[in-house]
Amino acid sequence: MSWIRRHLLTVAAMATLTILLVPNLVVAIYSFNKPDGRFNYELKRFSLDAWLHPCGTPGICDSLGLSLRIGLTASVVATFLGTMIAFALGRHRFRGRATTNLLIFMPMATPEVVMGSSLLALFLNIGLSTGKLAILIAHIMFCLSFVVVAVKARVASLDPRLEEAAADLGSRPVSTFVRVTLPLVAPGIAAGALLAFSLSFDDYIITNFNASPNSVTFPMYVWGASQRGTPVQINVIGTVMFLVSVAFVLGAQLVAARRAKRA
Amino acid sequence: MAAVTTTEDLRLVGISKEFETFTAVHPMDLTVPGGSFFALLGPSGCGKTTTLRMVAGLEAPTSGSILIGDKDITGSKAYQRNVNTVFQSYALFPHMSVLDNVAFGLKRKGDRNAMAKAVEALDLVQLGPVAKKKPSQLSGGMQQRVALARAVVNRPDVLLLDEPLGALDLKLRRQMQIELKRIQSEVGLTFIHVTHDQEEAMTMADTIAVMNAGRVEQLGDPATLYERPASTFVANFLGQSNLIEASVTGPPSGGVVPARAHGQDVVVSAELLPAGLKDIWIGVRPEKLRLGGGGRNKMAGLVTDASFTGVATQYLVRMPWGFEVMVVQQNDGSARACVGENVTVSWDPGQEFVLDQNQAEDAGVVVDHG
Ligand SMILES: Nc1ncnc2c1ncn2[C@@H]1O[C@H](COP(=O)(O)OP(=O)(O)OP(=O)(O)O)[C@@H](O)[C@H]1O
Ligand SMILES: [Mg+2]
Repeated sequence: MSWIRRHLLTVAAMATLTILLVPNLVVAIYSFNKPDGRFNYELKRFSLDAWLHPCGTPGICDSLGLSLRIGLTASVVATFLGTMIAFALGRHRFRGRATTNLLIFMPMATPEVVMGSSLLALFLNIGLSTGKLAILIAHIMFCLSFVVVAVKARVASLDPRLEEAAADLGSRPVSTFVRVTLPLVAPGIAAGALLAFSLSFDDYIITNFNASPNSVTFPMYVWGASQRGTPVQINVIGTVMFLVSVAFVLGAQLVAARRAKRA
Repeated sequence: MAAVTTTEDLRLVGISKEFETFTAVHPMDLTVPGGSFFALLGPSGCGKTTTLRMVAGLEAPTSGSILIGDKDITGSKAYQRNVNTVFQSYALFPHMSVLDNVAFGLKRKGDRNAMAKAVEALDLVQLGPVAKKKPSQLSGGMQQRVALARAVVNRPDVLLLDEPLGALDLKLRRQMQIELKRIQSEVGLTFIHVTHDQEEAMTMADTIAVMNAGRVEQLGDPATLYERPASTFVANFLGQSNLIEASVTGPPSGGVVPARAHGQDVVVSAELLPAGLKDIWIGVRPEKLRLGGGGRNKMAGLVTDASFTGVATQYLVRMPWGFEVMVVQQNDGSARACVGENVTVSWDPGQEFVLDQNQAEDAGVVVDHG
């Protein structure tokens, strides 16, 4: 009884973790499968085929490359713009500030289907054809909100006295921004950028509205493929993405721990 | 490092600051002699921080100018001024090590020996061993010393200290007061120390400016401020005062002026009486009052309270008109009085200070901050 009481938290945590991790595990296991038909739904034989030929299915690597390119571009642009918006909103009082705040929140509150279809209507009306550029603009648009929210929280918690102290010590405004402001806001910017990338990489609904036949992103590829069959390569790519994310987080924590120890 | 730098005077000329609806600092003139330890003393909200921020360049004055020596720095930016601040909240950079914090100012100026000088400054405040740590890993007192080293290391023309000891406990505070004083005499910079602790100001400063509601009430060395306060505010803010209402009754004779206080005849030193003043406050500090009739001015009263404080005993004596005067008597073997006893309280002319009676009696009375 007392054992349960003492370990209840651990047990609950383990159970939650398991529930969270099992799908990933299943994806990983099935990446070593060699299914009989076109559908990778039943474990048959162990095989490294898919791992050795990750691009072995037509179109899969093209779609992955496109998704990575869009994800990177969208997150870089959204992070840059979003950071500037966050500073403007967090630091300055200007006309239209409340409206801007509201507009920033809109994309997060709007259902994706609505946003995807409205964007399509907008793009058609201004004569922008669907395809990569339309997808990119759409992604930047909805990533922006998340970056602004993440960075604004950091900017708000920044003690203005630190910048005053830097100026007082003879630091010019640009130098103060680079050496004091930016390093302190960096965690928020990094979080915003990562969030933006994963949102962009993941998006299906909005992308689907604005895509053309030559702009098939990875989520669209997977969806399209699942109509006709599921190549094992999907699992390989899924597993790699998962491992890369885990490596990212672990690496960040290691750096933080090392820094804490060294200090 | 007995480097005696040629420090110049800091002059504030007609400086004032108005926020939208509120005048934080009324136009004032202030000269801080180069190399001196200057204290700005005043109650909360009287404009001390605002004054410092104007000197540092973090707040633009509404009117007036600021000069260091003959150089007008009113228009220059904070980063262009050779003035450094120890902030009330320390404002250490949390993402930098203690050493990097201290070297920050020197590096911005492109000093090649920034690191060596920073190490030296850390040694000065006895923090060499924690140079590699982050500010958050230090105690409040240590952070305060880092903030001090970070400012001192730049050898500014003027060092501004905004209640730097406010967050410390009493013991650490005393220790830091001594340390500050030592550093000031070692490096020979001009220090402007803001505080609302009158004891701190008196023990540390060469010159004190007492501020009240955005104005300088009086400027002087600690002894002058204490012995000859120019207003009831200063009298009450710096130490304890007994203020007795009186009116002058005749012309001076033999160095004293006759006066009448609550039906009793007293005399006031003629040289302490401002010319032309008739209705006055006679102020006597508790330790200048004596129990017994040894002094020339005598008043009878009843002891209502006696507290023994070790080196002295503090009495409250009720006067016939209801006012309780405070008397502090050294425990030097003289007779003690007890509660309920009728006593005579006396003082000699020359021990008092004289103020205009149109000033409020309770201006600047402070609730003890502990
Ligand atoms: N940015 C501002 N806008 C409006 N009023 C202000 C501003 N800064 C200060 N004040 C007002 O100016 C007055 C003086 O403030 P200041 O900070 O100089 O006081 P202080 O003497 O340093 O007090 P304390 O001992 O509490 O630190 C206060 O009444 C304050 O409310
Ligand atoms: Mg203040």
